[in-house]
Amino acid sequence: MSQADALTVITETHREQWARVVAALTRRFGDLDIAEEAAAEAFAAAVERWPADGVPPSPGAWLTTTASRKAIDRIRRESKRAGKQKEAQLLYDGDPPGPPGAIGDERLRLIFTCCHPALAMETRVALTLRMVAGLTVPEIARAFLVQETAMEKRITRAKAKIKAARIPYRVPSAEDLPPRVSGVLAVLFLVFNEGYLATGPGTDPLRHDLTAEAIRLTRLVRALLPGDGEVAGLLALMLLTEARRPARVSARGELIPLGEQDRGAWDTALIAEGHQLVRERLAAAAGGVAPGRYQILAAINAVHTSARDMRATDWSQVLALYDQLARIDASPVVALNRAIAVAELDGPEVALAELGRLEGKLAGYHAYHATRAELLRRLGRSNESRAAYDTAIELAGNTAETTYLTRRRDQLG
Amino acid sequence: MQYLVSVIVDDDTVERATPDEQAAIDVFNEGLQAEGHWVFAGGLAGPSAATVIDNRGAEAVITDGPFLESKEYIVGFWVMEAADLDVALKLAAQGSKACNRKVEVRPFL
Repeated sequence: MSQADALTVITETHREQWARVVAALTRRFGDLDIAEEAAAEAFAAAVERWPADGVPPSPGAWLTTTASRKAIDRIRRESKRAGKQKEAQLLYDGDPPGPPGAIGDERLRLIFTCCHPALAMETRVALTLRMVAGLTVPEIARAFLVQETAMEKRITRAKAKIKAARIPYRVPSAEDLPPRVSGVLAVLFLVFNEGYLATGPGTDPLRHDLTAEAIRLTRLVRALLPGDGEVAGLLALMLLTEARRPARVSARGELIPLGEQDRGAWDTALIAEGHQLVRERLAAAAGGVAPGRYQILAAINAVHTSARDMRATDWSQVLALYDQLARIDASPVVALNRAIAVAELDGPEVALAELGRLEGKLAGYHAYHATRAELLRRLGRSNESRAAYDTAIELAGNTAETTYLTRRRDQLG
Repeated sequence: MQYLVSVIVDDDTVERATPDEQAAIDVFNEGLQAEGHWVFAGGLAGPSAATVIDNRGAEAVITDGPFLESKEYIVGFWVMEAADLDVALKLAAQGSKACNRKVEVRPFL
């Protein structure tokens, strides 16, 4: 095997085995910090040795063994320095070792610990990307436009809190599982959304690295919790959104709205996979399982990705799904998206009236003003439309979106 | 593992528990004792009753009032025995409901 081949294998192994190694070591040594450091050292050792010695027959086992040895070395070093055995202070693990299989997968414990509700949302995101996805601290810092030292501090502080407050390293009990799973999904969705519509002037408008990472992590969670409808829903939602990526930004770096996208450029494989998941969940819903937020959003996206063009879209179906969503999530953002479907069915005037009721709650949200501007433009109310575009441009954080809104505004008569 | 669960109020909340709140707190405390989570609990007078003493120097300096003036302050606390933070948070949530106030959970070292 050539050196280049060995490095390719290491990259692949890193993607597949990182979380497994960190999770196994955390379980064994009861300490996230030791697990993370030892896993990183083991991969560094692989980079050094595999190109020369060849890739071991079982790369995952080699990495876990090597990492365990590094961890033991560190614990010995530290206990010598401390002059006594390092005991206590280890991560608490209330479960007896369970049988292997989905729910017993160590990686699931890791995910639930990293996404614990006692940690701040941004901390959960950072910790999940480091411990589960295996991104380096500089990579995560770049992804969220913060200084490396600040990101390092955030992760170090989180690990210290997990230890000091004894955040358990385990899968929550069945009764606690639904809220905790939705906490995990919120983290994954946040990573995805930052890639879907990246904020900040210095970054690409679409961040494929982040959407791809979010999808990979969601696939992992889906493999670990195959029976969870919302996990399937979120994966479908991400796939159907990601499928449109090739058509979402023009060559000139301008965001292209759904109605104007070249649907031939959509990724048919991702759409097929997303539709399959939505069909699975529809069958479950027919059997009496009420769908959650992500499943409904996925179904809405399935309607869009099934239509040849904007006019062929089944808007009454979209509206019915938004009504269903509004019943479990009465947020103004849902009402805003519902109004867009109303505009297609009943015209811009009716939709504008609905928007009027949301003004107090969404005055600071760029999509509210962009939607309003579009509806006013359709009604020929150019001056009001221009003012709404101005506000939307001011509030939008995404460069491609700003470019689009600016052109639309300048096209007004 | 022990956790300090502090009861927090701000200037607008009444310091003393109402009879209904006190009754709910009593029920909650009995539950803590029955389940082996009870270590200690108590209510505190407000910051206006506080005195700060600093005896690090040559002589003790006594100051009237709390060491930190803040809008939010502690009016009571529990010390609870819990296996981990998940258990502590669950108990603290019940405690918050019983005393009808916000609580903060902190682990002992």
